[in-house]
Amino acid sequence: MIKAILIFNNHGKPRLIRFYQYFAEDMQQQIIRETFHLVSKRDDNVCNFLEGEVFHPIFSLIGGSDYKLIYRHYATLYFVFCVDSSESELGILDLIQVFVETLDKCFENVCELDLIFHMDKVHYILQEVVMGGMVLETNMNEIVAQVELQNRMEKSEGGLSAAPARAVSAVKNMNLPEIPRNINIGDINIKVPSLSPF
Amino acid sequence: MALKIVKGSIDRMFDKNLQDLVRGIRNHKEEEAKYISTCIDEIKQELKQDNIAVKANAVCKLTYLQMLGYDVSWAAFNIVEVMSSSKFTYKRIGYLAASQCFHESTDVIMLTTNQIRKDLSSPNQYDTGVALTGLSCFVTPDLARDLANDIMTLMSHTKPYIRKKAVLIMYKVFLKYPESLRPAFPRLKEKLEDPDPGVQSAAVNVICELARRNPKNYLSLAPLFFKLMTSSTNNWVLIKIIKLFGALTPLEPRLGKKLIEPLTNLIHSTSAMSLLYECVNTVIAVLISLSSGMPNHSASIQLCVQKLRILIEDSDQNLKYLGLLAMSKILKTHPKSVQSHKDLILQCLDDKDESIRLRALDLLYGMVSKKNLMEIVKKLMLHVDKAEGTTYRDELLTKIIDICSQSNYQYITNFEWYISILVELTRLEGTRHGHLIASQMLDVAIRVKAIRGFAVAQMATLLDNAHLLTGNTQRNGICEVLYAAAWICGEFSEHLEDPMQTLEAMLRPKVATLPGHIQAVYVQNAAKLFATVLQKHEGEMDSQATQETSQLLIDRLPLFVQSANLEVQERASCILQLVKYIQKLQQKNVDVAEEVTALFAGELNPVAPKAQKKVPIPEGLDLDAWINEPPSESESEDEKPKAVFAKEEPKHSRTKHTEVDEKELARRREARKQEQANNPFYIKASPSSQKVYDAAGVEHIPVVQIDLSVPLKVPGMPMSDQYLKLEVERRQKVKAERKKKEKKKKREKRGKERKAYSGPESEEDIAPAQQVDIVTEEMPENALPSDDDDKDPNDPHKALDIDLDKPLADSEKLPVRTHRPEVLKSPADGLDGENVPLEIKKKSSKEKKEKKKDKEKDRKRSKEEKKKKKKHKEVEEEPLESQLEEAVQSEETKEVEAPPTSTSAEASDLDFWLSSAPVPPTTQEVTAPLSATTVDASSAAAPDSEPEEPKETEPEDTKSSKHKKKKQKKEKEKEKKKKRHHHHHHHHSDGGGEDSVQNGTVEEEEPLPPMSNYSLLAENSYIKMVYDIQGNHQDESKVIVLVIFENKSDSFLKSMEFNVLDSLNSKLQRPEGAGPHDGLTVPFQLPPGVSNEARFVFSVQSVVMPQKLKGTLTFIVKSEDSSTHEKLDFKLHFTCTSYLITTPCYSDAYAKLLESGDLKGSSLRLEGINMPFHHLLARICFHHHFSVVERIDSCASMYSRSIQGHHVCLLVKIADQTVSIDAKCDEPSLLGNVLDEIKQTFSKC
Repeated sequence: MIKAILIFNNHGKPRLIRFYQYFAEDMQQQIIRETFHLVSKRDDNVCNFLEGEVFHPIFSLIGGSDYKLIYRHYATLYFVFCVDSSESELGILDLIQVFVETLDKCFENVCELDLIFHMDKVHYILQEVVMGGMVLETNMNEIVAQVELQNRMEKSEGGLSAAPARAVSAVKNMNLPEIPRNINIGDINIKVPSLSPF
Repeated sequence: MALKIVKGSIDRMFDKNLQDLVRGIRNHKEEEAKYISTCIDEIKQELKQDNIAVKANAVCKLTYLQMLGYDVSWAAFNIVEVMSSSKFTYKRIGYLAASQCFHESTDVIMLTTNQIRKDLSSPNQYDTGVALTGLSCFVTPDLARDLANDIMTLMSHTKPYIRKKAVLIMYKVFLKYPESLRPAFPRLKEKLEDPDPGVQSAAVNVICELARRNPKNYLSLAPLFFKLMTSSTNNWVLIKIIKLFGALTPLEPRLGKKLIEPLTNLIHSTSAMSLLYECVNTVIAVLISLSSGMPNHSASIQLCVQKLRILIEDSDQNLKYLGLLAMSKILKTHPKSVQSHKDLILQCLDDKDESIRLRALDLLYGMVSKKNLMEIVKKLMLHVDKAEGTTYRDELLTKIIDICSQSNYQYITNFEWYISILVELTRLEGTRHGHLIASQMLDVAIRVKAIRGFAVAQMATLLDNAHLLTGNTQRNGICEVLYAAAWICGEFSEHLEDPMQTLEAMLRPKVATLPGHIQAVYVQNAAKLFATVLQKHEGEMDSQATQETSQLLIDRLPLFVQSANLEVQERASCILQLVKYIQKLQQKNVDVAEEVTALFAGELNPVAPKAQKKVPIPEGLDLDAWINEPPSESESEDEKPKAVFAKEEPKHSRTKHTEVDEKELARRREARKQEQANNPFYIKASPSSQKVYDAAGVEHIPVVQIDLSVPLKVPGMPMSDQYLKLEVERRQKVKAERKKKEKKKKREKRGKERKAYSGPESEEDIAPAQQVDIVTEEMPENALPSDDDDKDPNDPHKALDIDLDKPLADSEKLPVRTHRPEVLKSPADGLDGENVPLEIKKKSSKEKKEKKKDKEKDRKRSKEEKKKKKKHKEVEEEPLESQLEEAVQSEETKEVEAPPTSTSAEASDLDFWLSSAPVPPTTQEVTAPLSATTVDASSAAAPDSEPEEPKETEPEDTKSSKHKKKKQKKEKEKEKKKKRHHHHHHHHSDGGGEDSVQNGTVEEEEPLPPMSNYSLLAENSYIKMVYDIQGNHQDESKVIVLVIFENKSDSFLKSMEFNVLDSLNSKLQRPEGAGPHDGLTVPFQLPPGVSNEARFVFSVQSVVMPQKLKGTLTFIVKSEDSSTHEKLDFKLHFTCTSYLITTPCYSDAYAKLLESGDLKGSSLRLEGINMPFHHLLARICFHHHFSVVERIDSCASMYSRSIQGHHVCLLVKIADQTVSIDAKCDEPSLLGNVLDEIKQTFSKC
């Protein structure tokens, strides 16, 4: 099970938080702070896992030694997943990569600003990847297809307001590095197949 | 009007959307909080508008603010409004907000049930999807119960997108509503073979999550998973399955054997590191579960270790980390295989990545032996020096202590060395593990008697140099060791060379700056030292010195008497007075030393960690009962400040002593005496109670003669190294002697020597330097052996420990709502749910259990009666009788041992699979007959329903034709049910009606029609009210009226006020301060189409008569452009039935009640009742709150009780569509009214 997904930037500013277990808001903020504290201290060339309750009070906050933090750092953003022992560590690392690649596709060269101004859309994408703390879909094409279909539906309804002001022009590309994949997810086409009209 | 709309849309243009909000916050970095608070005010305004788009926009912004840490629960109701929008765009926003901020105690959640149900059955798959996603985050037990059936239906949806979401969310439903697991499981299992890989993966995910917590219930799925493992190519699925097998193998070693080969193949073939890693992990789990040392598995271990070595050597830090992690699992069972990679692991200790160093440290724990402990610890000590001021250093420190103290100091050969290590560790500044070091010092000094002399000398040095430890700050955790030092020096003061010097050190003024609990120990132990000093000086007849000592205490103690710490103060005052008294005696030249020493006589032994817990509570002692009358509210408030007196708890186990009561102490003292009597090393305290220590014991110990005095007097110089050297020499010496070889030179370089000896020397060869006499911990004599006190009773998964192989009973079907007629029937309702009355569903499992017990009791009783009767019966009936007996018995054992027998059936399935050739796909067809035959052979404990059939048809022949007819009719029904029938008829045929079945509603054959107690209260074009009245168990003068309000209009209903004209007998309970004619505000508003339930409490004086109360509901109808006040009159009908509470009654108590003669009788006849008897009973139970006491064929006794304790007993008989009810009650008018109401119920149908 995934207990929480946190995205924050290099200064610890939250960009997306998704807890799959209830915590009060102040507790959530404390967890974000502690996690940022822990993660930001680490060099980029050390391993991406953090665990062990003796190591940091964060683990007593989130509920014990069964949990570990698995994170990746992309340019200005940290993607942190808090998971229990039923999840495969390398699998989750790949999942983060899938998620970020999906964001990259949906936002066309995703950067931090996209996340800042479209937190809701990031949530909708995440909802197609993880549901209630369990991995729902790992096939990027499927995720993108479902997200697009829903966006199209929203558009047909006229959207929330007239075309939301597009975020300020992308300042910096997040530069998705070529990260070795531990899982071969089978058929990942780079191109999103053309979709049948809704 | 039109203007208003135009104005609204112009306003809208100036509303901020999410992007504007974010931009605004970024532009107001200086005064963010202020800016956000104005934004929240704006949002509040927006939420007040009727335009749903504006509301959705506002809710969207709130979701963002929630992320920033703002509590937005105040908008929960608006979120529900947005959720119920018909537009997907808004609905999605609403559900997102709900999933971010709703939780179990959000009260508006109960408003959402119908909305969610509607969305789940929406024709648009994305409405359904959004609802499922949202629900997965905020599902509550109520939602889970009400929606379980709807979600289960969705598991067979045509769209895989919905199917996979429905499957995943079932896990959450199970957690919140465990009763749903069994009915839903077959379908879940089916989904393991869904054509869509996403759905399949979801099903695997859910089952793995379930199985992880209660693996034994899922063992029977192993063949299916095995098939999936060998056929699937989806690595995610494979990883989950392989992880699951890792959890299953400990339960079934044969499964492990079967797994080894395919797993090994995967390890060789896969290119995905994650899969490889999980395979290795599971192979390790398999190997752990198999008894070690099997020759053909050493290859597997080698393979694992070799693969892990590759991971550890990889440049990817993640792989290195995981490699070490997995290695530590192997270490537990196959330490030898890991120890051969010691080089690699020691190398990892120097890695730049702290996480990796920590994992390597974990491994070290298992790598130490008597041989290399000193060497490894030395290496760690070097790291300690390097890692100044980091958490890693603290971690190192604990690891050193862990490594050394593991399994009762198993690997320590020289405790002097260990004490030196501990003393060296005290030099670490700023560590937070002072107390850990301290407790080690105490533990070693107490438990290793031989080391006490040395330890005391070291501790005295520490005390002398206390200023070095306390350093600059008070918070310095290391000063905790002074606690240990002071205690050791005091308790074992006879070992001190110069007690006077230590005494002085303990009474320095600077001590007063130490934490309170340490000062307290100082003061107390100063007194012990004082006793020793006195004894020494008196022995030397040095009265001058004794008086000087007393004077020293009298001079110094007042400092502590003034301490702010109570314990210090108290101890110091006591001791000061004591010393003053002693001084007086001394001045009279009386020898006091002996008596002073007697104050501290006796040995203090360690107490086992769970000792207190394991003392059984003596019979008749209720720990929760008040000893005196409970204090009144106000008093308890006065007591609160007592918290101030809570003492600063030092984190030592030692303080546990103080919590033992007098009795316990006495018992322990007794036990200790007993032990001492049996201990040859223990010299019993003479009446003069002079402390004599086992000096002899110390002499026996083969300690190497070292002149320690020099290094010990110089604090701050590392000395543990010397022990390493000495140890090597010692071992060499011992070895040389043993082998009678020529002595080698001792002054060779250490490293060379190690090399020379490390090879052939085995563990056993190393004799410890001290005789390690480790004192075991004390346990109370009658300690309970139970060890399962580590389980967490609050684990939600405990409730999911459910046997899934038992056939499904009717009573377990998922509930379908019955009291709301508008509920949409989903297409699958007909498939998987006969409608079972809600009431039965709600019965807690506990109640069910109780019933089961009762049933057994009843059965047993009837059996005994039968036995009695048997004696009078003809002998020819004997065989039949015994057969029946057997049938009853088998039925009984089935009831009682249901879980074990079914697991045995499952085991036999598994047995077959595990022992058969590895062709898994065909197994399922084969296993069924197999299990049937094996089970048949074992007869009595038949777990399946099929094999019981022959047994049951036998007695069938002997039955009357009437029974046969019935039998034939019912043969069409399910087997399980049939069995029950047989059972029933057996008894009928021979027992002549003694047998009884408890509460026929639960276990009857035909499904009951849906029933609802809710009846219409009033209705108009806006609103419909239905109500039910229930008695209150707690209060004999109150009933609860549950009213469901349903908004039938397209408008918003708000400001609802519920008012009733009270009568003398019945009054609506109004809040304090409200007048007798004020209405009660209904605590919710109703969006269009929504219904919700409110509770109102009424107080009643007499319950013997029914009553009607007039009332009015007023409310405001608010539509887009207008709002109107409306009202609706109603009449609340309090029937006598509503004062009855379903109360179970045992037949013996029932019989007594009837015999007592206090009850007055009445009767009733109902003609033309055209329903099965059990339906009739169920109706009476459900509508009139009765319970069945006993049922014999077409006759049943029933019982209920009014809230004021009136007993109501019914005897219901049916014959040819005529029902006669004989009733008894202690209140005739109540009875008459209840019977009238029953009559009414049946006249309606």
